[in-house]
Amino acid sequence: MDKRADSLATAVAPIPDGASVMIGGFGSSGIPFGLIDALLEQGATDLTIISNNAGAGETGIAKLLKAGRVAKVICSYPRSPGSIWFEKRYEAGEIDLEVVPQGTLAERIRAAGAGIGGFLTPTGYGTRLAEGKEVREIDGQGYVMEAPLPADFALIRAARGDKWGNLGFHATARNFNPVMAMAADHAIAEVRALSADPLDPETVVTPGIFVDCVVEYEVRP
Amino acid sequence: MSDVAEQLTRLSDAELAARVAEDIPDGSYVNLGIGKPTHVSGYVPEGREVIYHSENGIIGVGPPPPEGEEDVELIDASKRYVTAAPGAAYFDHPDSFAMMRGGHIDIAVLGAYQVAQNGDLANWATLDEKFPPAVGGAMDLVAGVKTIFVMMRHQNRDGSPKLLERCTYPLTGLGVVSRVYTDLAVLDVTPEGFRLVDLAKGNDLEAVRAVTGAPIHT
Repeated sequence: MDKRADSLATAVAPIPDGASVMIGGFGSSGIPFGLIDALLEQGATDLTIISNNAGAGETGIAKLLKAGRVAKVICSYPRSPGSIWFEKRYEAGEIDLEVVPQGTLAERIRAAGAGIGGFLTPTGYGTRLAEGKEVREIDGQGYVMEAPLPADFALIRAARGDKWGNLGFHATARNFNPVMAMAADHAIAEVRALSADPLDPETVVTPGIFVDCVVEYEVRP
Repeated sequence: MSDVAEQLTRLSDAELAARVAEDIPDGSYVNLGIGKPTHVSGYVPEGREVIYHSENGIIGVGPPPPEGEEDVELIDASKRYVTAAPGAAYFDHPDSFAMMRGGHIDIAVLGAYQVAQNGDLANWATLDEKFPPAVGGAMDLVAGVKTIFVMMRHQNRDGSPKLLERCTYPLTGLGVVSRVYTDLAVLDVTPEGFRLVDLAKGNDLEAVRAVTGAPIHT
């Protein structure tokens, strides 16, 4: 088995117009900048982007927003310092936004990857973000029913990978990356160091079964 | 502002952070919200070991690195460069939020727009529809962390109260706040409403009551 792609362009080639795409990362760490640039170059549009943030400055997701490739953003925190392209598109009514509490976002993604049909969480109970959702009371505590959140593709970033798709991460660059790999039909990983030799199984964080394609991208943000 | 408000003596941000830090016990696992609460860690009294959790996947957040040694992949929830303290661990988002929602974090210190006398918290959205809503991890924190400390100014810039009988902004959580630290006073949230713990810098209780939007019990 060899899941290595020879270039970022080859790795993102299968992504069609209208696809839902999970993108890993939090703040500046763990964002697959190489894959995002390749997706921009590839030209797919009308995308639904699922990520914690909605890009900042002129890099990453902000580039896709600037180029008008995004139809909808599902995230927890779109309003970061420098998220000008998100704000422009949002104010102009050019994109849809679904705001999800961060832990609920992570768990909805996990549920999709783990075959769970939905779950009850206390997060958001009684707030605007629970409106229209099924609620239940268990032992005096209110819960909100949340649905799994799958995607067609995931673009993720890791520190280390092997040809079987096993991945290891660095520091806080792990964040949403492992769980997005699980939840997408086709997960593409950009790794800083890609090895033909197997990673030590004890150090593998994301097992290769969740990863469809690995491509080397040595640049650190 | 009223004459009463002008008589009040207010804590500086540093003094407020130090006041909150006094109440963080040795051996606690603590999450500090973005903004002013992040400064609390600098004032925890010597001899206490407090372990800081950051939602983006680290427990054991250490002080900022020396200049030139920043790691862009080692940041906290405020997106500032940090270090890993001895005993730290990294993990992914589902584990990070299991720590919060699952009741493993002892204390969270958060900022707020408004706190109601029943402990309702509003800290994620205002009534201004121009701004896109952004919730982050605030709702998850208050849903699961046992003790929620709020740290904020007692009043808005225009002098209007932030401590109210009922919040007017969209809620983050219902009945979740344990204690409020302001630049004027420390108040517990009790079944009867706000109860005075202490007044900052010898302020007069009646003067503090005059700038509070709900009764203060003693």
